[in-house]
Amino acid sequence: MRALDRKVVRDLWHLRGQVIAIALVIASGVAVLIMALSTLEALRETSAAYYERYRFAEVFASVKRAPQTLAGRIETIPGVQTVQTRVVRFATLDMPGFAEPVMAKLVSLPPGGQPVLNQLVLRSGRFPDPGRHDEAVLTEPFAEAHSLIAGDEFIAVLNGNRRRLTVVGTALAPEFIYSIGPGALMPDDSRFGVLWMGREALAAAFDLRESFNDVALELNRGVAPEPVIRQLDDLLERYGGTGAIARKDQLSNWFVMNEIQQQASMSRLLPTIFLVVAAFLTNMVLSRLIATERSQIGLMKAFGYSTFEVGWHYVKLVFGITLLGIVIGIALGLWFGRINTNLYATQFDFPLLIYRPSTQALAIAVGASLVAAMSGAMGSVRRAARLPPAQAMQPPSPPVFKHSKLARSAIGQWLDQPTRIILRHVRRWPVRAALSCFGLASAVAVQVLSLQWRDSLDYLSQSYFFDAQRQHAMIGLAEAQAIRALHEFEHMPGVLAAEPSRIVSADFSVGNITHRGGLTGVVSGAELQPIFDDQRHATIEPPAEGLVLGTRLAEKLRVGVGDRVWVKVLEGRRPEVQVPVADLIETYIGMPAYVHFDALNRLLREPPRFGYVNLLIDRQREAELFAEWKELPMVSAVMLRQAAIDSFNSVVVKNLMVFVTMFTVLACALGFGVAYNATRIALSERGRELATLRVLGFRRGEISYILLGETGLLIVLALPLGCLLGYGLASMMASAFDTELFRIPLTITPGTYGLSMLIILAASLLSAAIVRRRIDHLDLIEVLKTRE
Amino acid sequence: MAHAIGKKSNIHMNESLQARGLTKVYGSGDVAVHALRGVDLDLYQGELVVLLGASGSGKSTLLNILGGLDVPTAGSVRFQDHDLSVDDDSVLTRYRRDHVGFVFQFYNLIPSLTAKENVALVTEIAPRPMTPAEALALVGLAERVDHFPSQLSGGEQQRVAIARAIAKQPDILLCDEPTGALDSQTGILVLEAIDRVNRELGTTTAVITHNTVIGGMADRVLHIADGLIASSERNSDRVSPRDMAW
Ligand SMILES: Nc1ncnc2c1ncn2[C@@H]1O[C@H](COP(=O)(O)OP(=O)(O)OP(=O)(O)O)[C@@H](O)[C@H]1O
Ligand SMILES: [Mg+2]
Repeated sequence: MRALDRKVVRDLWHLRGQVIAIALVIASGVAVLIMALSTLEALRETSAAYYERYRFAEVFASVKRAPQTLAGRIETIPGVQTVQTRVVRFATLDMPGFAEPVMAKLVSLPPGGQPVLNQLVLRSGRFPDPGRHDEAVLTEPFAEAHSLIAGDEFIAVLNGNRRRLTVVGTALAPEFIYSIGPGALMPDDSRFGVLWMGREALAAAFDLRESFNDVALELNRGVAPEPVIRQLDDLLERYGGTGAIARKDQLSNWFVMNEIQQQASMSRLLPTIFLVVAAFLTNMVLSRLIATERSQIGLMKAFGYSTFEVGWHYVKLVFGITLLGIVIGIALGLWFGRINTNLYATQFDFPLLIYRPSTQALAIAVGASLVAAMSGAMGSVRRAARLPPAQAMQPPSPPVFKHSKLARSAIGQWLDQPTRIILRHVRRWPVRAALSCFGLASAVAVQVLSLQWRDSLDYLSQSYFFDAQRQHAMIGLAEAQAIRALHEFEHMPGVLAAEPSRIVSADFSVGNITHRGGLTGVVSGAELQPIFDDQRHATIEPPAEGLVLGTRLAEKLRVGVGDRVWVKVLEGRRPEVQVPVADLIETYIGMPAYVHFDALNRLLREPPRFGYVNLLIDRQREAELFAEWKELPMVSAVMLRQAAIDSFNSVVVKNLMVFVTMFTVLACALGFGVAYNATRIALSERGRELATLRVLGFRRGEISYILLGETGLLIVLALPLGCLLGYGLASMMASAFDTELFRIPLTITPGTYGLSMLIILAASLLSAAIVRRRIDHLDLIEVLKTRE
Repeated sequence: MAHAIGKKSNIHMNESLQARGLTKVYGSGDVAVHALRGVDLDLYQGELVVLLGASGSGKSTLLNILGGLDVPTAGSVRFQDHDLSVDDDSVLTRYRRDHVGFVFQFYNLIPSLTAKENVALVTEIAPRPMTPAEALALVGLAERVDHFPSQLSGGEQQRVAIARAIAKQPDILLCDEPTGALDSQTGILVLEAIDRVNRELGTTTAVITHNTVIGGMADRVLHIADGLIASSERNSDRVSPRDMAW
């Protein structure tokens, strides 16, 4: 090994504390980057392969009832390659040993078993026998949640008829990767599942012989879905089509893509912060090292080393630090990535979620961290390399301090000398102080960002489950019923109150912007499921005339109160009217549009009818009530609020724990890295000064105050700054996650700020304690012997 | 400065600092260095002692032990009721804080504090200090109180260091090669300051130097050789630094 290389190794060893601290920050950046990129790859590649292999359709539409012959005409739409018609309906199930009614989506299978599109991955058993009407294939997680295996039986209420079905197999399918029941936010495998049955069996049960009510299309390569959707809608309109959607709007796929999107934003935002801080730390440490080695540099040059060789020497040093960070970061990133991917595997039903990070992801992480560290080091390396040897061999002139107004002011007179030292140092190196402060603030910000998720989700669940929904259960009817049918519900055992509502799908358009969504009719004085505005935090009465829009929908349509919106209902007589916007409300879930219940029925030119009923229930009599619902033909969906809350909490709490733990580790590494380096460098620069003070009779505590006080001052400034930065970061994340389906409310509780500050304070204190130990072992005599 | 005025004869024959059988060994085994090999020494109240000796003879080691910066491997050091041979940081710190003033070859001023503030650093923690202005006046720097170290010459910096050392009115002033980094004229200014402090405040003073000429200003000159006090001679007359030249 050449002498200079040996010096690199010795320097790295000598600076090991700082090297490790910087490496940890780099490692954090690398880890987040790799975690996000590898998870993203796993999701993207797995879903792409899954979609391709099992022929996930590109356009989806449902109709009330269309003759099978229409399929031939759909096939002639330019760009359509394959058409799949199906019978798809919701039903309630009576599962053995499960009190509540369970919801299922029934999907028909062709006689051959495996459909052409949206194919099944048979996980066990076989496809139903086309001749048998009582055989079903279940989604695997649903079967597992109810411990059902082939041969087991359960009851399904098909169009009012209780039917005993036999499980013949379990399966997964690309259209149900994320399978959530109507009205749910999170998958709940024990309360919602998909059932595949023979086409004949379902057609017979739902009076859809020679007909279909669901169609899926595969398009020719490179064909855009929009024109196809337009023509499909035209064809289906007569048969009660409720509007076709492209794959990107298909619910399950939407969630998968949304997660991919979130990982992508995370992979851009967070590693940037860590790597910028790492760059600054590298710069700080290297500048200091070069300052202490000025005379050595001069000597090297005097001996004939070239500018390049000197520069290269320090580059190698930075390379060593970065390499350590990269190694730790890759290990940590792969580990985090695996945890993250496994979390997705529990939420998303993939037949196989392959976690196989690509070399490309690793290369990006390695490249980014090298660029960051080198750009941080470049300035000092260049300065060192360019030092003229004669000048380098002279000791640096002592730092020049100036009088400040503060010292002369009335307050200044009261400052003791140690405090003066602290303040003068901050003033003397303001950029360094500001950067250290920024680094510490970033740590607080990352911590705030991670803890803030809990606040936002708490707020979201409070707003969605408690403020906006006050019913215990919501029942979806197979067909809209005349309002007198409400009495039937009111008289059921244990029902305390019943409130009707109606939801129809509709196209909302203004100019050439169109949004396909739901239009909800709300009764006057609605109490169980009112219109709730999160902004005003109050319920809004449905206006007699006009629309109440969620702000997100209003933004999309670019309308405000008083503007008119074309509403084209996609059901019944398919009326089309222009309606003024009466009010706007803030919500975090979906893009709702409300009208008065009566106005909706008037618009549909129908006598008052309701499609949903919200219920308040006496908990004591729940069992009786559930039993009755399981028999009721008109019930097609039952949504229980408590169950939805429970599943939301169980998923959210588990994911949050993992997420918060990971980010706390990273934030602490950041805080520790900055505080340790700042303090350690100060100690190296001022060891002599501190030893002098010890000689003058200052106690350890007193000189620690001078050194740690400076870092302490920066921390005190950094904590509130970090909270501010954390707010900014959280709002950036919230806007990155702002989607049509849901938004993250930006709420941060004081507790979150407090806890974040405490955690980073603790990480900084740890670094202070380590440096403090060094102060205690300061060699008084050694430093006095020599001139610096 | 009433307390400082009018003291003519400084030497009271009661000892201020008492060392017995001091040995100091650095390292162990083959590489062990015996820096001190059994030194007995008394510093009497108000006297000025100059320590002379070859490089590596153990002068600094001795001074550091007398000043409570280091502890002997064996032997005892007593100051009043302080036992300075026990390695107890809080005892040594308290001793340095209340009783000792140090001056070093390389000044060791705090660069971020002005001259006055450097002195105030010590007066703030001392039990019965003079004011920083008084201390600086004593070393002839009344005009320079608001200058930072980077704005002072080497000799001025060293005189600030002396002012800082004596501002607490220490019982003992220890100077390790105070003129080592200075030219002779500046060195004399610094020695004058030390001489004046010793005479006017009656501070027991020990000065290490390589320069035998400086021995003339002492009450007593000690020659250190190879870790032992080789000889001790008492000057009948103290030469004023102003009259010295080298
Ligand atoms: N920390 C140490 N470790 C090992 N040996 C030491 C240490 N400090 C001093 N010594 C040795 O002890 C001996 C006495 O050193 P000391 O510094 O007291 O000498 P000195 O008389 O002050 O010399 P100089 O006039 O050069 O300052 C020397 O041989 C020195 O090498
Ligand atoms: Mg010495």
